[in-house]
Amino acid sequence: MKAKENTIALLVRNRPDVLARIAGTFSGGGFNIESITANITKTPETTKIIITTKGSATTMEKLKKQLNRLVDVLSVDDLTGRMASRRELVLFRMKWNDESRSAVMAAVDLYNWKVVCMDDRYCVIEVSGRKDSIDRAIQLLDPLGLEDFSRSGMVALEKFKPE
Amino acid sequence: MKLTGSQVLLRTMRREDVDVIFGYPGGVVLPIYDELYKEKFRHLLVRHEQGAIHAADGYARVSGKVGVCLVTSGPGATNTVTGIANAYMDSIPVVIFTGQVPTGLIGSDAFQEVDITGITRPCTKHNFLVRRIEDLASTIHEAFHIARSGRPGPVLVDLPRDVSQATIEEEDIRDDFNTLNGLEKPQQEDIAKAVEMIRAARKPVIVSGGGVLLGKASEELREFVRRTGFPITSTLMGLGAYPGSDPLWLGMPGMHGTYYANMAITGCDLLVAVGMRFDDRVTSKVDTFAPNAKIIHIDIDPVSIDRIVRSHLSIVSDAKTALGMLNAALAGGDPVPAEQTREWMDQIDAWKKRVPLRFSESTDRIKPQQVIRKLYELTKGEALIATEVGQNQMWAAQYYTYDHPHTFISSGGLGTMGFGFPAAVGAQVARPEKTVIDIAGDGSIQMNIQELATAVQYNIPVKIVILNNQYLGMVRQWQQMFYGRRYSHTDMSYAPDFVKIAEAYGATGLRASRPEELEAVLKKGLETPGVVVMDIRVEKEECVYPMVRPGASIADMDLGLELPAAETAPTNGGEDPQTRSFN
Ligand SMILES: Cc1ncc(C[n+]2csc(CCOP(=O)(O)OP(=O)(O)O)c2C)c(N)n1
Repeated sequence: MKAKENTIALLVRNRPDVLARIAGTFSGGGFNIESITANITKTPETTKIIITTKGSATTMEKLKKQLNRLVDVLSVDDLTGRMASRRELVLFRMKWNDESRSAVMAAVDLYNWKVVCMDDRYCVIEVSGRKDSIDRAIQLLDPLGLEDFSRSGMVALEKFKPE
Repeated sequence: MKLTGSQVLLRTMRREDVDVIFGYPGGVVLPIYDELYKEKFRHLLVRHEQGAIHAADGYARVSGKVGVCLVTSGPGATNTVTGIANAYMDSIPVVIFTGQVPTGLIGSDAFQEVDITGITRPCTKHNFLVRRIEDLASTIHEAFHIARSGRPGPVLVDLPRDVSQATIEEEDIRDDFNTLNGLEKPQQEDIAKAVEMIRAARKPVIVSGGGVLLGKASEELREFVRRTGFPITSTLMGLGAYPGSDPLWLGMPGMHGTYYANMAITGCDLLVAVGMRFDDRVTSKVDTFAPNAKIIHIDIDPVSIDRIVRSHLSIVSDAKTALGMLNAALAGGDPVPAEQTREWMDQIDAWKKRVPLRFSESTDRIKPQQVIRKLYELTKGEALIATEVGQNQMWAAQYYTYDHPHTFISSGGLGTMGFGFPAAVGAQVARPEKTVIDIAGDGSIQMNIQELATAVQYNIPVKIVILNNQYLGMVRQWQQMFYGRRYSHTDMSYAPDFVKIAEAYGATGLRASRPEELEAVLKKGLETPGVVVMDIRVEKEECVYPMVRPGASIADMDLGLELPAAETAPTNGGEDPQTRSFN
């Protein structure tokens, strides 16, 4: 079976070691975390964690069951293939000079990105979007003086409240 | 009134119906030990923390209650890790209280500080570090709840010294905690599907496991067998749930399973698995495990379902509820008429006759199997049998007949040498009126032999029967079979005199070296009050049979002795070893 990318949303109790438990479940079971985001929810006692991971349908079944077994995990929701919005945020640091500046600014304008800060040597650009558009942004910016970037990892939200 | 954390701990344990703690003191648990002293809480002082956790484990297996152990921080805590992993693998409900350095010092590499919640995260069902006295009572209740609910398991609670010393007003103590939803009951339609599969079976077999004992479902299992008339085998962990002396009993399957249990699994058209997880010691090569069968898998833990063997119908439930519902659905009439399975039952009988459990007797050497069989006769099958790990464990599983639940206490999942004796101590504490025997190897017994002091001090009259083959027998057996008899570091002939060791600890030591001495020594050992060590010198190079080579199909067994041809009657002349068989 081929390994495709899966998105899993976990609702967990906000306890200090809950991330370690989840990470341990992945490493102990030989699963790999591609990206992970964690943040508080409307109720401060619970945290929402979005994890993307590669694996076949059978591996995913095993993984979800094991995550569900953790005492502090309240729910495991597999968003793979569901109607959900998925976004990532990236900050790019560009080293620019007089020549490259105009090319960078053109790209910013064209794609509706945002310049967060700049001076005559550097600028930081904010980009958000789906994973594939982020990947394309990297390709585009790389030859224009891309020095470093920071990706948030994916967040995802189902488009409708599940019944 | 104000209570200290230590007082809250003891008060909360009382509310959880704890009547005994196995433990060992140290710096950061001094406040708790002071309280134990004042309150005269029942506490058994072990001689090594591994002994404490195994004793709590053995106590839990036999009593059906949560076992409790209490140790200090650092080395005290790390000494329990093997035992925690052992309880985790076998799903045994224990709560481990470890002392911890004061909260202000956590993370500073303070004296005797270890991150025990970090260390035990992968081998506990859950663990807690209690940072505030306000959370203490609710955390302890939650720990007990988690340990015993669902698929049980060990839960560790780390108690920093300042938390056990802090005080709290009695009315401020909170006992409640958020429970997660319990299991839903099985769907009626799944039960109906199972019944349909059961009714259609021509070659059925039941495989039960430790989950039946943990779920206290032996009665329901027996009822299920009565209703269906299906033959039944059980994993090591499940021995005793179904009476071993019943004609429908097939013995244990797997690597050292009986010929007929393994043949039945291989040939069956319906396999009903209850409270078992298809461990590789049971299935061996998975592709050839029950290859022609429809499989119904009942287990409380969804993780076990379809993990190793794919089932045609799975029911996530505790064994008691699921079997109860099945029994109700099978009530009335004759759900599976005897004619339907007659051919199959005849086949099983033929397998049983063809290759019973057997060993060759000797006139000048004691055979280990014979020791177990003698123990069975002398105790009339009424003893609690704990085992160490290795050949002793397999012979104890094969040759003692377990008719009652919670009478066989063995380290199944982890295979921990040194488990048996302290576990026997815990079992005896739970059932003081019973004869408790630890069937040991000469290697294993040396791993926790210091607990002789505990047993003698508290007059816990465990009987240790050492099957002394002067080898790490099971490893030697593998070296014999798979490594050209190169006995690399398995020779244990340099060993202490176990009789003198027993005497030095204040126990009774006995020895038997020749077959004619065996019965008298076992009898005397069982009749002698107090702790007794019986050093039984057995045949040194005996092997456990049947044996399925690792990775082979369970139908492909090395039977040790010649397989009698199906047609010809076994002969008994000349040099042939005399074989004795047991069903
Ligand atoms: C703590 C531990 N260390 C090592 C092993 C590996 N091991 C499995 S069986 C065995 C030999 C046990 O020898 P003994 O206790 O004398 O029992 P016998 O097999 O001779 O009955 C060993 C070393 C183990 N199971 N547990």
